[in-house]
Amino acid sequence: MAVSNDALLSVRGLSVALTTPSGDIVRPVRQVDFELGRGEALGIVGESGSGKSMAMLALMGLLPRSARREARRVSLGETDLLSLPDAQFARQVAGKRIGMIFQEPMTSLNPVYSIGRQLTETMTLHGQADARTARRRALELLERVGVPEPDVRMAQYPHQLSGGLRQRVMIAMALMNSPELIIADEPTTALDVTIKAQILDLLAELRCELGTAMILVSHDIAAVSRAVDRVAVMYAGALVETGPLRSVMQAPLHPYTQGLLRCAPQALAPHGGGRLGAIEGSVPRPFARLSRCAFTERCPLVHAACHAGEPDMHGSAERDYRCVLDVERLAAFEWADEEQPAVARSSVADTARSDQPALALDSVSCQFTTRRGLLGKPHHLKAVDEVSLDLHHGQILALVGESGSGKTTVARMLLGLQQPTAGTVRFNGLALSDTDRRERARRIQPVFQDPYSSLNPLRTVGDAIGRPLVVHRIGNTRSRRDRVREIMSLVGLDARFYDSYPGQMSGGQRQRVAVARALALEPEILVCDEPTSALDISVQAQILNLLVDLQARLNLTYFIITHDLAVVRYMATRVAVMKQGRIVETGPTERVYTRPAHAYTEQLLASMTDPLAPPERARATR
Amino acid sequence: MSSTPDTLAERQIAGSAGEDDLLAPLTPRQLFRRRALSHWGLLIGSGLIVALVLAALFGPMLVPHDAYAQDLAGRLAPPIWAGGSWTHPFGTDHVGRDYLARLLMGARVSLTVGFFAAIVGSVIGVGLGICAGYFGGRVDQVVSYLLTCQLALPQILLAMALVFLIGPSMIVVIGVIGVLHWSYYLVVSRSAAMRIRELDYVASARAIGSSTPAILWHEVLPNLRSQVIVIFTIEMGTAILSEAALSFLGVGIQSPTPSWGLMIAEGRQSMFFQPWLAILPGIGLFVLVMGVNLFGDGLRDVLSPEGRN
Repeated sequence: MAVSNDALLSVRGLSVALTTPSGDIVRPVRQVDFELGRGEALGIVGESGSGKSMAMLALMGLLPRSARREARRVSLGETDLLSLPDAQFARQVAGKRIGMIFQEPMTSLNPVYSIGRQLTETMTLHGQADARTARRRALELLERVGVPEPDVRMAQYPHQLSGGLRQRVMIAMALMNSPELIIADEPTTALDVTIKAQILDLLAELRCELGTAMILVSHDIAAVSRAVDRVAVMYAGALVETGPLRSVMQAPLHPYTQGLLRCAPQALAPHGGGRLGAIEGSVPRPFARLSRCAFTERCPLVHAACHAGEPDMHGSAERDYRCVLDVERLAAFEWADEEQPAVARSSVADTARSDQPALALDSVSCQFTTRRGLLGKPHHLKAVDEVSLDLHHGQILALVGESGSGKTTVARMLLGLQQPTAGTVRFNGLALSDTDRRERARRIQPVFQDPYSSLNPLRTVGDAIGRPLVVHRIGNTRSRRDRVREIMSLVGLDARFYDSYPGQMSGGQRQRVAVARALALEPEILVCDEPTSALDISVQAQILNLLVDLQARLNLTYFIITHDLAVVRYMATRVAVMKQGRIVETGPTERVYTRPAHAYTEQLLASMTDPLAPPERARATR
Repeated sequence: MSSTPDTLAERQIAGSAGEDDLLAPLTPRQLFRRRALSHWGLLIGSGLIVALVLAALFGPMLVPHDAYAQDLAGRLAPPIWAGGSWTHPFGTDHVGRDYLARLLMGARVSLTVGFFAAIVGSVIGVGLGICAGYFGGRVDQVVSYLLTCQLALPQILLAMALVFLIGPSMIVVIGVIGVLHWSYYLVVSRSAAMRIRELDYVASARAIGSSTPAILWHEVLPNLRSQVIVIFTIEMGTAILSEAALSFLGVGIQSPTPSWGLMIAEGRQSMFFQPWLAILPGIGLFVLVMGVNLFGDGLRDVLSPEGRN
């Protein structure tokens, strides 16, 4: 890699060292090298625990006290940031030459100060601008980042703004001092899909317009590809591949990048009926001590040399990758597609249409009433408004909507956690209100979004999965134990986890436990509320494959609730689009994706990024 | 306790030196043991409590004198350091009862009252708190109103009035102190239950058909465990002091049953000439309450390390 002289930011050998309580030194970030030209945009992509955020914190000198930055060189233009004292860095660089945008706009804005004050303060703090100039600049920038009525907004407080607007304000704030570089750490993760696309487009526009260089840190390679020229893929604390966006997306070299691109479901390509190419295993914990390539356990190309030590970065033209193999070997490699077609699902979809639906919602509404104090005036909020849906046996119905559209309330009503205020929910023609809770439990079971809160932390895995059997008084202690082991092997959980606590397991493993618990009573219907949105992409593919396999083997019916259009296209046979408590469109998945009937559906689909996808998928679309 | 070579993580690291394996995450119990063994306050506190409990249980059997046997001829004998004899190492009181035997019996009373009063309080407080937090709405409003009433009442005064009306005995003292000490349990378990109520494992317990009592018992209560244990130790210290205060004021444990508070009250009259009569039970009380509080603080640090700094 040639060190170009016009580089704005040059980072060499950046590591973060942490001392464990037992005196060991671990490095959650190791030997990160990159260059960023003026006006260039770099996307740093990695799963949770890959060290991407910590690397950025190290760059900004914002590491926690227990961590130490080690680097050979960190320079911004002519300034050497390594030798710059902290106080000087804070005064001259942070916020001036480097602006930062954080993930959670609610917590990164101070709730007690007005937007205007927070914006102008970034300029007036060190007295380099007077209040009037700062105010003019703030108004101008708010206008530019698309905040309507900027003069009104200036006087408002963060809680009066929506999430999207807050993130726009954050962007304006980062731009106040016209920095040379903006670091955005997961800037869109907390936002809805349509807003997410707008924010990324805005960042891309601003970059072209103002010539600001940008580092975009994200776990979502598809989202990042909307706004960057180059990507750097991080895995377990080290960069594994860097290169121009298009070239990395179309011909990934490192086995991890290849797997990562293969395992993401595509929103804009039809589902071919195959499985996703999941990367087996899970993301290593961030505090591992490594004396080998971090990807060893999950790599299909693993060699003896991989264990010898962490490989160095190898360069080839404009691409760099960290692997012991050479370019030809890597380029020639094809991840073996598991020839295990997950049943011809299109045929499942339209069978059994004649009989009565497994689950039917008949103009169901749910209204929340809140009141202040004992005698306060009641305040009504209609979360679900006259929703009617049919779900037939063997179907996979996806309910799609943004946050606040009422989709989770629908799920809660199906599970009996919430009573509908009007309308009826029926199972096989029988009203839910007439079924007792045990009867209902045997028909319908949930899989929740967050595997960290859906398992009682004080219960072992075996206990958690066997709990439904205990509640329903099925079998004795021994037969339950056998049954639990059987279900565990069904969902691909090793039997050694029987006595583990959820705290000892990774997110993907926990989600398998949650699925196993839902299956214990052999229900007909699974309600999956965002089943994979809390998981890493490589793990998401494993869980999606598991759900598809289980559906085929146990003849299950799924009701999936999600905001992720790619997951929907991969999984669902039918889609229902929900907006503000109402269903705006329902239909077979492919019809809805290719010929959306409602304007809102079109808007949702338009927010999906054009897939600069791996070639075989791109070809499949054409 | 840096000298302890134990602590699982260290052993794992030592065992796997050279390999690149990471620290395997520990079970909650292993984690607890590891943290507990490196916490000085907790170790000292539990040491003091264990010593006092053992003394209270077996001490009276080992001392050759009966705590109630009077010996008017040998009354107000000084302890050994004030020129007394080994027959009565801590001297005798104003009716000639062996002071060591009475102190040990007094420890029994203090521990019993403290322990059971804290239990009474925890049952009331945690019960109300779980209901208020889990059900919310009207239930919560009623419980919060009860709490406000309880906080508004002067506790010692009310305890004195109640004991006076019902008539003093150990059971009444335990009951009255317990009934007056449940506000901490309530506040803590209410907010914890409110948080746990929203978690998905409660929703999934309902989805598998568990009844509400089963959810409260199997899902919510176990997760309150650590908070309740911490409050329990703190409240036990308070209850021991309350008992001593009531006894000192004459409405607690009645003579001749020895209670440290009562012994201080009796020794107070001869404070100038036989100071040990008031000082010895005072030291006992001090050591016990300090032990309990150190233990409670230590437990809090060990069970919820996030909130330590």
